[in-house]
Amino acid sequence: MMLSDWTLWLEWLIKSLVVTFGLLTGFAYLTWYERRALARIQARIGPNRAGPQGLLQPIADAIKLIFKEELVPAKADKTLFFWAPVITMIPSLIIAAVIPWGPAIEMFGRVIRLSIADLNVGVLYLMSIASIAVYGIVLAGWSSNNKYAMLGGLRSSAQMISYELALGLSFATSIILANSMRMLDIVEAQRNLWFVVVQPVGAVIFWIATLAEVNRAPFDMPEAEQELTAGYHAEYSGMKFALFFMAEYQKMIVVSAILATLYFGGYLGPFVDRFPWLGPIYMIIKIVILLFVMIWVRATWPRIRYDRLMAFGWKILLPLSLAIAFITATGILLADLSGNPLYFWAIPVVSVLAGLFTVAVIYRELRRKAYGRV
Amino acid sequence: MTGEQIVFLVVAFVTLFAGLMVVTTRNLVHAALWLVAALFGVAVTYVILHANFLAVVQVVVYIGAIAILFIFAVMLTRRDMRDQGPQMNKNWWFGAVLAVLTFGGLYFLLQGWEGMTKTATSYPVGFDAISELGNALVSPAGYVLPFEVASVLLVAALVGAVYVAFNPRNGNSGK
Repeated sequence: MMLSDWTLWLEWLIKSLVVTFGLLTGFAYLTWYERRALARIQARIGPNRAGPQGLLQPIADAIKLIFKEELVPAKADKTLFFWAPVITMIPSLIIAAVIPWGPAIEMFGRVIRLSIADLNVGVLYLMSIASIAVYGIVLAGWSSNNKYAMLGGLRSSAQMISYELALGLSFATSIILANSMRMLDIVEAQRNLWFVVVQPVGAVIFWIATLAEVNRAPFDMPEAEQELTAGYHAEYSGMKFALFFMAEYQKMIVVSAILATLYFGGYLGPFVDRFPWLGPIYMIIKIVILLFVMIWVRATWPRIRYDRLMAFGWKILLPLSLAIAFITATGILLADLSGNPLYFWAIPVVSVLAGLFTVAVIYRELRRKAYGRV
Repeated sequence: MTGEQIVFLVVAFVTLFAGLMVVTTRNLVHAALWLVAALFGVAVTYVILHANFLAVVQVVVYIGAIAILFIFAVMLTRRDMRDQGPQMNKNWWFGAVLAVLTFGGLYFLLQGWEGMTKTATSYPVGFDAISELGNALVSPAGYVLPFEVASVLLVAALVGAVYVAFNPRNGNSGK
């Protein structure tokens, strides 16, 4: 008993270390990837001096940031100013605990699951961590004792709270489809069919809501350079700034992993049952593709105006995601009751129709605002 | 003493200490953050009791929504974060007596309850607490009526809040 306990602890420790260091390395190389990809899209070259293809650039950046002088504003709340980056950083790491990276593998004569924790409330755990992620940003904005930083913090909390509703409802949609809140069950339920095929609109809503949750363009209002001079982290420098940077990029990786798990089949792919080690590889491929979409969006879309951001969250995304959850639940219930799979296939059709209707409404509204008529 | 007991004692001490700091600290934002710490301690207590669902919901609702609204309101409305004035009013002795009496009464009652000394039995295999809870909330034999009434009450409160804040003259939120 003692021995098995001891090895279990070791297994957890090793898995946590692997995920943490994976995220930290992923963060460093995501910055490089983003800068290179942005440069390509904007017909520039991007960082290519340090090392082959600029691969050593993240290391050079890290060393520079470590050696930079750190300033604390004279009238800042010293304690909170110190803790805010830490509080921002922690959720972005621990949220990765429930993501399954592959099927169970056998190693050293024991079965090892490729997720740190297999919670039966996995999706709710994601929700709870996402909801506490806002603290770090708000506290950073407030403790800096700077008007711009404060405005950035307030904006971010308003934005994250608003988009959490649509996020939660699109979580609920995939819970309904998988009939479970356990991440592993959600992945296994997509063995025959990825949920993105059944519920494409749900996946898109999830994607938009997570973009707003992690403060990425076009929803990067909390750090809008032109208006707020970098927003909540305006007063931060050196390693404390690097922690905010790190948290943002780790959140990007994690939300891509969550989207891949919930809607794009997670670690599933051809031959994954025969060679379980393919699981993490498929997962990483999916994450990289989704990350590229994020970068692509940032490169091509202008920032949304703040009132439109709120209107979009409350008046468009929330009703649409409610409708999507309702359509999904109704379709599954009808298919169950009547035994006719036609009802199940009505889900994507009706959802896409609802999505198109929403796009039409937005288009009409914008045209009316722009020209005073339809 | 088992490991679980040590963890419980540590968590309980941290929770109580945070609760004490909520009412004694002068800075309102710090007080709100101590409140978050206390709520988090309660969530950890739920985890120790193997109530994962309650623990996670505690974090979502209390820490993720209610406490953040507190912080939001304090930041927006208070110019000076330091609370002036005395922290006690003249009824403090009454409150203290009431607290001691409540504690003594609860202690006395729980001593007579046989569940106090029992150790919890683990769930039977295949028992899914969440689906049990979900079924109980929506089945007519369970709690569907109180559940729906509570939902309607919350919606009414929401609509009422919007009505109070809405200023029809300029068609905007009252500013």
